Amino acid sequence: MKRRNFLSLTAGAAAATGLAACGNSGPADTTGGGSGGGDAATYWFLSGPPGEPIRQGAVDRFNKANSGNQIKVTAIQNDTYKDKLKTAIGAGQAPSIIWGWGGGGLKSYVDAGQVDDLTDWFAQNAAVKNRLFPASFGPATVDGKIYAMPAETVQPIIMLYNKEAFEKAGVANPPQTWAELMSILPKFNDKGIAPLSLAGQSRWTNMMWLELLFDRIGGPDVFNNAYDGQKDAWSNPAAIDALTKIQELINAKGFVKGFSSVTADSNADQALLYRGKAAMELHGSWSYGIIKADGGNFIKDGKLGFFNFPAVDGGKGDPTNVYGNAGQFLSISSKASEKQKETAKKFFASLLDDQEQQGWIDSGGVPIVQGSNSKLASSPDKDFLNFIYDVSSKAKNFGQSWDQALSPSSAETLLQNIAKLFQLQITPQQFATNMNATIGK
Amino acid sequence: MTIAPPVVRSAPPAASSGGRSVSVSWMAWPALVAFTIFGLIPLAGVLVLSFSSWSGLTQNVPFSGLDSWKSVLTDPGLPHALWITFLIMALSWLAQTPLSILLGVFIAAHSRYRSVLAVLFFIPLLLSQAAIAITYKMLLDPNFGLGASLGWGFLQQDWLGEGKLAIGVVIFVVSWQWIPFHSLIYQGGVRQIPAAMYEAAEIDGAGRVRKFFSITLPQLKYTIITSSTLMVVGSLTFFDLIWVLTAGGPGDSTRALAVDMYVRGFRTGLMGPASAIAVILVLLGLALALLVRRLGGRDAAESQLEGI
Repeated sequence: MKRRNFLSLTAGAAAATGLAACGNSGPADTTGGGSGGGDAATYWFLSGPPGEPIRQGAVDRFNKANSGNQIKVTAIQNDTYKDKLKTAIGAGQAPSIIWGWGGGGLKSYVDAGQVDDLTDWFAQNAAVKNRLFPASFGPATVDGKIYAMPAETVQPIIMLYNKEAFEKAGVANPPQTWAELMSILPKFNDKGIAPLSLAGQSRWTNMMWLELLFDRIGGPDVFNNAYDGQKDAWSNPAAIDALTKIQELINAKGFVKGFSSVTADSNADQALLYRGKAAMELHGSWSYGIIKADGGNFIKDGKLGFFNFPAVDGGKGDPTNVYGNAGQFLSISSKASEKQKETAKKFFASLLDDQEQQGWIDSGGVPIVQGSNSKLASSPDKDFLNFIYDVSSKAKNFGQSWDQALSPSSAETLLQNIAKLFQLQITPQQFATNMNATIGK
Repeated sequence: MTIAPPVVRSAPPAASSGGRSVSVSWMAWPALVAFTIFGLIPLAGVLVLSFSSWSGLTQNVPFSGLDSWKSVLTDPGLPHALWITFLIMALSWLAQTPLSILLGVFIAAHSRYRSVLAVLFFIPLLLSQAAIAITYKMLLDPNFGLGASLGWGFLQQDWLGEGKLAIGVVIFVVSWQWIPFHSLIYQGGVRQIPAAMYEAAEIDGAGRVRKFFSITLPQLKYTIITSSTLMVVGSLTFFDLIWVLTAGGPGDSTRALAVDMYVRGFRTGLMGPASAIAVILVLLGLALALLVRRLGGRDAAESQLEGI
């Protein structure tokens, strides 16, 4: 009895460590990169509408046109994608084409020598490079070298609002300044409408507020200094001001009650907006597609409005600055065979053809191709798409989401502190102290 | 007379232990081999990794001595995670044990309606933890959940958005799922108590309550130890439920050790410190299991059926 007990409890404890093994249950049909996976290049990307059929379509057209170069795809759910990919890369089983968000995540692959440098290829194929938004290459670049092909759509973070809720509360126009935003909060609360929807449990949703507030108050340098490792960069007065303002907003009941248990993955935050339980929301432009799919006639009836994040009086930042995803990014695994790499590059050159661009536009996205606004006019969503094209192309600075720019470990510390800040568990000063401690690590 | 066979049965192993253990030991081999491959070897791997600064992305593992251990042991997040783990362990034990014993005693009696109820009680155990967590998350949603739909004020709390409430929810869901399992253990335990004891007590004029406290509870001592060991050691590994319900939040209010380990290893790519936490988890599990055995098992050789 004694020994059996001992064994069973060590097994129990080992089950915890065995969690590590869970990640290994990757898709069975991907035989991986260099390890004799046949000639076909493998390609993993995010599943689910609207992106999956468009990505699949691009691959299908490529496979049809190039009988000598084939691509095998595996679509993976968003929530598990990053963990699965990391495990696969660590095990030397990476797909030949790696779909990702660029930035800090890409840098960690570069540091581990897992992805190929594409700088020379882009130099030889200037046409491929020059037709895309220049800003889209920012997150693809690590230490001056390009490691990824920008693809798909630009997704700035913008304010969405429910026109009906504004009418009910007697607010005529969306707020242009921070002071205006603060002043209209009671009008919504009096009508039982939450002023702002927020999926607080996901944490990066809270972060978007800080990104834009930091920028509006102190310009992009406030975060860039922290990113560059300047000592005590988070104690910058502009940063403290922004952190204080966000806690003021929380104390003024700006966000929907219970926001810290709302998750972005369930799209409950958009639901609050289109069901009229909340008046406004700060979110990525992809929300439009979600509201269009889930919100019934909300968009058709013209109830959705949108505007750029309000300016802060006396702030140094340019009010045209935006944050978000400058594109999605495809890298080539360094473990792929020569043939697979050749296929991948051919595929990159074929991306964002007219058909794919149309697909993204139909889904409510703006392709990262220069002049793609000429295609927007015929779209039923042209108002929104033109707004996104303008916001993205006119921005003085297109900032990358902080958690994508930072290394994964700093990003986690940041998100954890942001969650505590929004819970009012820590003060702006404590936030700054905690974050200063991560600088140089 | 009916009590005699156990005494006879317990004698032979002691007498012929040498001859039998040889012929029987092979039976342990399949389990031992599986345990070595899936338990001990990964465990050794984790121990090795805890002395490295592996990111999980490279094929070679860079060793860095005690760096990972230092960073974990000096991190203020560790005492917090330990405290949360302990809190969940203690409170879920306190919630589960009394209810499980009462339910176990209730369903141990042989009557038809109790058997039907016993089957119904068992249902939560058949559901996967992730499914349970998703369901509760939806039910407790502050804007679209049960409280908001029914309009019941007391249900309209920010259940998963407030630290103390979130821990309460975790413990409630854990108890909801596991009480059936422990009730089953207690049911078995209660059914093994010789009826003669109750008959004797009745002759002495003991009532229902007196019988429960003077016979049932003392007789369940070893069952309580078994069940408590499973609860205490099992609570160390609560991960999926917490991860799906709160992801360790709000803030770090439900960031138990297992969640902390996962975040460090797979979100931030610090496999070294994550492995160090895994080793701490293993040691904690061993220590706790030994402790629980010690608490009630000092006189393990003592008979509980003395005088019968």
